[in-house]
Amino acid sequence: MEKSNFFKDRVMPVGVILLALLVIWYVAVIFLNVPFERDTAARAGTAITFSEILPKTMFQQRPVLPAPHQVIAEIWNTTVLMPITSKRSLVYHAWITLSATLLGFGIGTVLGILLAVGIVHNRAMDRSLMPWVIASQTIPILAIAPMIIVVLNAVGISGLLPKALISTYLSFFPIVVGMVKGLRSPEQIQLDLMHTYYASPSQTFWKLRWPSSMPYLFTSLKVAIAISLVGAIVGELPTGAVSGLGARLLAGSYYGQTVQIWSALFMAAALAATLVIIVGFAHTAVLKRMGTRA
Amino acid sequence: MRRLTSLQTFLVLITGLQFFTFYPLLATPYLSGPRWGAFLMLPLIIYCLAFSLRRKRKKPIPALEWAALAYLIAFVPITLSSLNGFGSEAPPTNYWTTVIACIATAWLLNELLSSSNYRNAWVARLAFYAAPLIFGLSVLYLWEVLTRGLHIPFVLLPPPSMIWTRLIHSLPTLWADFQQTFLKAVITGYALGCGLGFLVAIAIDRSPFLQKGLLPLGNFVSALPVIGVAPIMVMWFGFDWQSKVAVVVIMTFFPMLVNTVSGLAATSSMEKDLMRTYAATWFQTLVKLRLPAAWPFIFNALKINSTLALIGAIVAEFFGTPIVGMGFRISTEVGRMNVDMVWAEIAVAAVAGSAFYGIVALIERAVTFWHPSVRNARTV
Repeated sequence: MEKSNFFKDRVMPVGVILLALLVIWYVAVIFLNVPFERDTAARAGTAITFSEILPKTMFQQRPVLPAPHQVIAEIWNTTVLMPITSKRSLVYHAWITLSATLLGFGIGTVLGILLAVGIVHNRAMDRSLMPWVIASQTIPILAIAPMIIVVLNAVGISGLLPKALISTYLSFFPIVVGMVKGLRSPEQIQLDLMHTYYASPSQTFWKLRWPSSMPYLFTSLKVAIAISLVGAIVGELPTGAVSGLGARLLAGSYYGQTVQIWSALFMAAALAATLVIIVGFAHTAVLKRMGTRA
Repeated sequence: MRRLTSLQTFLVLITGLQFFTFYPLLATPYLSGPRWGAFLMLPLIIYCLAFSLRRKRKKPIPALEWAALAYLIAFVPITLSSLNGFGSEAPPTNYWTTVIACIATAWLLNELLSSSNYRNAWVARLAFYAAPLIFGLSVLYLWEVLTRGLHIPFVLLPPPSMIWTRLIHSLPTLWADFQQTFLKAVITGYALGCGLGFLVAIAIDRSPFLQKGLLPLGNFVSALPVIGVAPIMVMWFGFDWQSKVAVVVIMTFFPMLVNTVSGLAATSSMEKDLMRTYAATWFQTLVKLRLPAAWPFIFNALKINSTLALIGAIVAEFFGTPIVGMGFRISTEVGRMNVDMVWAEIAVAAVAGSAFYGIVALIERAVTFWHPSVRNARTV
């Protein structure tokens, strides 16, 4: 019963919509790529019928919109068929981006949790810092990205760290906000109970506040890891397109390699999905160990 | 007098110790510029006098907040103006102790403002808004003092005063960029994307099948680096603002769709039954019950989107743009090492982003005045 429900409620609708998107994509491929074929035919001075154009639109070198099978073939070629160490391998570029993402995410998480602990325990920090933390979310921090990269390059720091710093910056705020909410989630009655046990502040923290903040932490971790991937990708844009998924996007847009752009985009999407799913698994695992019915 | 916490006592102690070392700062090489610096000491001296006279007249002690404020009024301008006097040499040790004391005092002031309960409602409100303001100002102060006092290379981090000068002197350029990026790309894209998301959510409202299919997809897309479509959009729609609008539309569409759909589902069956007993049509139920109940969700999306839109437009400009626009200016001026111009542009972006968010939040307060989160915020 449960399984058929899952199929009926989740797999079917999503599958149908995905299929519809695929069909729309193919139709769009034909319409967007036809003008180019018409032009080529006109330049060659030959008449071309629609049925002749149709297959050609699916296999252009630099299509306006590449067909899904072209993108899949490109991804296959650059991941499985290419040695990982090759500069043209998408796995290599994904790894560069992933390492910056993870480093930035790690630093951001630690910093965010520390700041949240400070905010929860010190009223002055709460009053003076919290409005800025919230305001900073409304500021387009990504705009600073190229400057951080170039300036740190000028001082001689290059490679992983500048990109990771951008990821740190982005992932830091959701975690602060989520953790402050989580550490404050124990109710007064529970805090009073700890008081009657004569628990020290650190005991209250480790035995009450920390465990009850876990659901909030993981929810913000999911947001944070997705956004730190965005940070790492944007961080790769101004470095002059050396390596990483962002660099692939930039190089693709310089040379009109649409297939390359789309394959990098799909790789980034897959990466984001994997990371979010991993955090989701960690979430359920931790909650299960804590004995919560999830 | 109220009891001080150990942290507060410590901060007072730092400030007090510093008092013995500050005198050389008032001498000529340091206190260059106008001589008004000495007058700034007046409130502090008055406070000290009042403090010493207190015992004789049995008067209540003046509040410590005033002392901290007087100290800051006296010493912050002095430390700032003496920066000009150092020239290229390093500031003496007593300069740094004064700076540390200023920071400690600002911190103390914040501690006092947030730890005490003021009886007067206006004073309480003032203290509530003063704390973040003092924090922001002390960050700016520290930034200015450190960059100029330690002679940090201008390329690395220009002092705020320099950024401000640049901001004032290049207003026409900044205004042109603001017009291009914000007024054309962001506002258009935001309106289109949010409007489209809203309309699609209403359109699929009657089809649970489409909702079940689109919701997981929309949630999934929200986690993706959607910003990556920027190069494709630039290719399709050209270099001008139309391509940025396209990026913004794509970025804002899905959060709006997902939030509106879940907002429309937020009404309980009890309320819907009530509407049925009134023989309300689907449209009436939508307008009178479900949309009002969905406003908090919709405004949540509007707030998220206000930041996403600006980010999308700026990053899309990294991929190609006419020679105007905030993202364009940032990336080219970085290349020319005009870092102060970059910071000025970032300041404009920050103000624009916060103002945009603030306006949406204000409208939210007006529309969803009945929501618990708004009511609670009012009573505080």
